[in-house]
Amino acid sequence: MRSLQSNGKPKITAKNFNLFYGDFQALKEINVDIPEHSITSIIGPSGCGKSTFLRSINRMNELIPCVKTTGKIFLDANDIFTQDVVELRKQVGMVFQRPNPFPKSIFDNVAYGPRAHGLKNKAVLEEIVEKSLTDAALWDEVKDNLHKSGLALSGGQQQRLCIARALAVEPQVILMDEPASALDPIATLKIEELIQNLKKEYTIVIVTHNMQQAARASDHTMVFNMNPDRSGYIIEYGKTSQIFTNPHEKITEDYISGRFG
Amino acid sequence: MPRETLDSKLTQIQNEIYLLGSMVEQAILDATNTLKTRDLKEAKRIFEEDTVINEKRFALENAIIILLATQQPFARDLRLLAAMLLVVNELERMADYAKGIAKINIKIGKSDIDIPVRDFQKMAEQSVSMLHRSLSAFIEQNPNQAAAIPQEDDIVDELYTKIYHATIQYAITNPSYMDQANDILWIAHNLERFADRVTNICERTIFITTGELMEMSSNDDETDLSDF
Repeated sequence: MRSLQSNGKPKITAKNFNLFYGDFQALKEINVDIPEHSITSIIGPSGCGKSTFLRSINRMNELIPCVKTTGKIFLDANDIFTQDVVELRKQVGMVFQRPNPFPKSIFDNVAYGPRAHGLKNKAVLEEIVEKSLTDAALWDEVKDNLHKSGLALSGGQQQRLCIARALAVEPQVILMDEPASALDPIATLKIEELIQNLKKEYTIVIVTHNMQQAARASDHTMVFNMNPDRSGYIIEYGKTSQIFTNPHEKITEDYISGRFG
Repeated sequence: MPRETLDSKLTQIQNEIYLLGSMVEQAILDATNTLKTRDLKEAKRIFEEDTVINEKRFALENAIIILLATQQPFARDLRLLAAMLLVVNELERMADYAKGIAKINIKIGKSDIDIPVRDFQKMAEQSVSMLHRSLSAFIEQNPNQAAAIPQEDDIVDELYTKIYHATIQYAITNPSYMDQANDILWIAHNLERFADRVTNICERTIFITTGELMEMSSNDDETDLSDF
């Protein structure tokens, strides 16, 4: 695999990372640097380990009993597997495919994380809620209805609420697993614009099946593929502008031009 | 093959580009031939029929833009469509040189100036041969074939230089033919520029196959006076 030529300082580094579900190897020898303050998209055919790799970055896979890993993933210089997992997930937030607000008010959804981390001061909480909703491009739409249920919002608003909820604990990295696949095109574009603004403060990694979205919204693109034994690996990783106009690998070319398989 | 629609439309456009190329080849050969026959009616027809080429160019451009919008191509498909946009534009400009020659022919009219017909025909034949092979290379996406063509431009350039010197000499010794000598130089210029543009088509074939935008020869002055 060609490595990414980027001037950005690496925020996330995977070194010889392997992941197994029982006897089945799902990820094979992942070696990658993800630059900070940038948007990196992960694309590739179904079942090649994109989401598995994404979920590895905040150790979500540990919730699955038979998972074991070898190799390392670093957040800055820190080995994430020796870190306290609660602390890690505070630094590495996650947004899922389907918006999943808690059945609580908009305010309580956003304040949930800071409260769980022990914050009780109401004025500080209000400040965090406003900043998080503003950064998630939702504040203007909900500022007069913060007491309303998060579930009463539209799908696109709910997803931005989930982003605000992730931002409220001031993470450094935001992982997004198909964050717009359940949204209409306008709501999708809102999310894409939103993440462009977020990269000033955060490092964003996004798994998407929508290649136009990867092309529009990301700075770098990582292409996963599957070995004959069905384990996932990175076939190519480069600037998005290069991957979508002149990929180096034939498999990438076939995948992005829709001639795969 | 999951992109059958895109592939079949790309093939259609390629065939149409080939056809447009044939029209341009015929136009420049006819325009040069009428310098020999001095058939001014035919020159007028060539001049007027340039609009057919212009219309075909716009139709192709439109078809390419529609494919870009509806098929959202990436990688080689994207490079191919971007290159097609440029090539149809090149072909249209090349046809303008034929139109320009027809216009000059009409302007020379009944003047008895000695037109270097044989050399003009050699320039046209060489240019058409280059164009024909450059379009084959473009459609077959054959970078080796494309890379070999631009150096043949030297043959056209040498003929241009020969005509240039002879015409200047003629004008010096026959000052009353200064105006017509100038016309002769413009015809030579149009044929020389026609061949230069073949190089641009070859560059696009390299771009489609390698993704690299590279200059294959350093053409001199881009001053364009084809429309005379």
